[in-house]
Amino acid sequence: MRSIINYLKEIFGAVAALFKGMRVTGYYFFHPKEIVTQQYPENRATLTMFDRFKGEVIMPHNENNEHKCTACGICEMNCPNGSIEIISEMKVNEEGKKKKVLSKHIYHLGMCTFCNLCVKTCPSNALAMGQDFEHAVFDRSKLNKVLNKPGSVLMKGTE
Amino acid sequence: MVEEITKGKLEEQEFSINMGPQHPSTHGVLRMMLKLKGETVKEVKPQLGYIHRGIEKMCEKLTYQQIIHLTDRLDYMSANILNEAVCLTVEDALQVEVPERVQYIRTIMGELNRIASHQLWWCAFGMDLGALTTFFYGLRDREKILDIFEETIGARLLLSYNVPGGLMNDIHPNFQKKVKEFITYFRKKLPEYDALLTGNPIMQQRTKGIGMLTKEQAIAYGVSGPSGRGSGFSCDVRIHQPYSAYSKADFKEILYHEGDTFARYKVRIDEMWESMNIIEQLIDNIPEGNYTAKMKPVIKLPVGEYYTRVEAVRGEFGVYIVSDGNKTPYRVKFRSPNFSNLSALDLMAREQKIADLIAIGGSMDYVIPDMDR
Repeated sequence: MRSIINYLKEIFGAVAALFKGMRVTGYYFFHPKEIVTQQYPENRATLTMFDRFKGEVIMPHNENNEHKCTACGICEMNCPNGSIEIISEMKVNEEGKKKKVLSKHIYHLGMCTFCNLCVKTCPSNALAMGQDFEHAVFDRSKLNKVLNKPGSVLMKGTE
Repeated sequence: MVEEITKGKLEEQEFSINMGPQHPSTHGVLRMMLKLKGETVKEVKPQLGYIHRGIEKMCEKLTYQQIIHLTDRLDYMSANILNEAVCLTVEDALQVEVPERVQYIRTIMGELNRIASHQLWWCAFGMDLGALTTFFYGLRDREKILDIFEETIGARLLLSYNVPGGLMNDIHPNFQKKVKEFITYFRKKLPEYDALLTGNPIMQQRTKGIGMLTKEQAIAYGVSGPSGRGSGFSCDVRIHQPYSAYSKADFKEILYHEGDTFARYKVRIDEMWESMNIIEQLIDNIPEGNYTAKMKPVIKLPVGEYYTRVEAVRGEFGVYIVSDGNKTPYRVKFRSPNFSNLSALDLMAREQKIADLIAIGGSMDYVIPDMDR
């Protein structure tokens, strides 16, 4: 007899506990304002990422199409995955001195782990982290980007 | 065949099956070779190597700054704490004194990381036992911490925030305000966890008395962290060997002596309360100062061997570096908590049912990349 009572007690106890849990879920059913889900692709127009979000490495250019990269290669050296490749050439400048000039700053997004070391170690602050995060492409080769814009030159006064 | 079944010959046979490496309830690519008799587990043989990336070997070719981003990829749920472990080892070897501000921020970030990890563990543990609701509630609160990380660090999971000598960048001006908001928010929400799962008799019946691990066994197998503390093994490195700013906070070690799955569950729930206590004590007292000590751009450790241990989310994490004086280490060895915890799985799961094996595995909170490295 006692075992039957215990058995029934257990069943009713379990049902009571289920309702205790259901009270929590029921609360949110009647308070839809507390639900935090974002409707992602629909809210694209209003979606803003935080300023420091590490989405990709970019090279900021100013309005005259000038960048700050001196092709020193420190970012290439510090990158743990080899996702940065710098192609430079020697050019003679106006003063008649030979100087390294950046021709291509190649960035392999597919290999990048966003560790921020290239941005951190760049002596002339030529690199920055961009906020774009929608990187899906149909072809892997599209992930290899050239960061300096075509026709861009070194900003005056950057060593 | 029919005769054999009627005679009951097949019933007596043991048979072996593979659970994983792609089984949905094994938390990743862990393959467990099970010997079963009916539904009773007779033996568990974990097979590793499906996510082996050779991280320790890779570290030998990288500088000390670059190693940091690989430690993220060990136990990705406690990335910040593992980063800190490498940083502490390097700073200890160079005898660099990091500013107090750095120590405070590291501790706060580490504890936030711990709460976020326990929240996800709670989600996954509920899922293991068949309670889908927990997943949404845990992730909802974890999102708040990830937002704090995203604002200050820029990443959500693989943080890479600590660098040898300090931090990658200073905290965001909103950081303190947001952390305090989170604490008040989560203090209200954590009792919901108890209402949803802890008090549930179905969950209690599936966890109480399941997967027993005595204190002696926990010590013998090197089970540390919340799993060890559920067996009464006092192993919190934050208490016994305080690093960073843990000595400035007043908190207690969570110990349960039952040694079953439910005890391990309770340790983690209580640790979330305790982590919030630590953060609350430190968040208002972050001293002013630099966010990094002065370091040379090329770090070369003096010749010798260095070892540091920290309390990661799943247990004691150790970093062992042998340096030959170059800018890359000669040898790196990580003592990962999950690997030691896994060794006790066979012991706990024997003579239990196969569904209990999932509950035990869930309560040990395995992260497979940390075992394989």
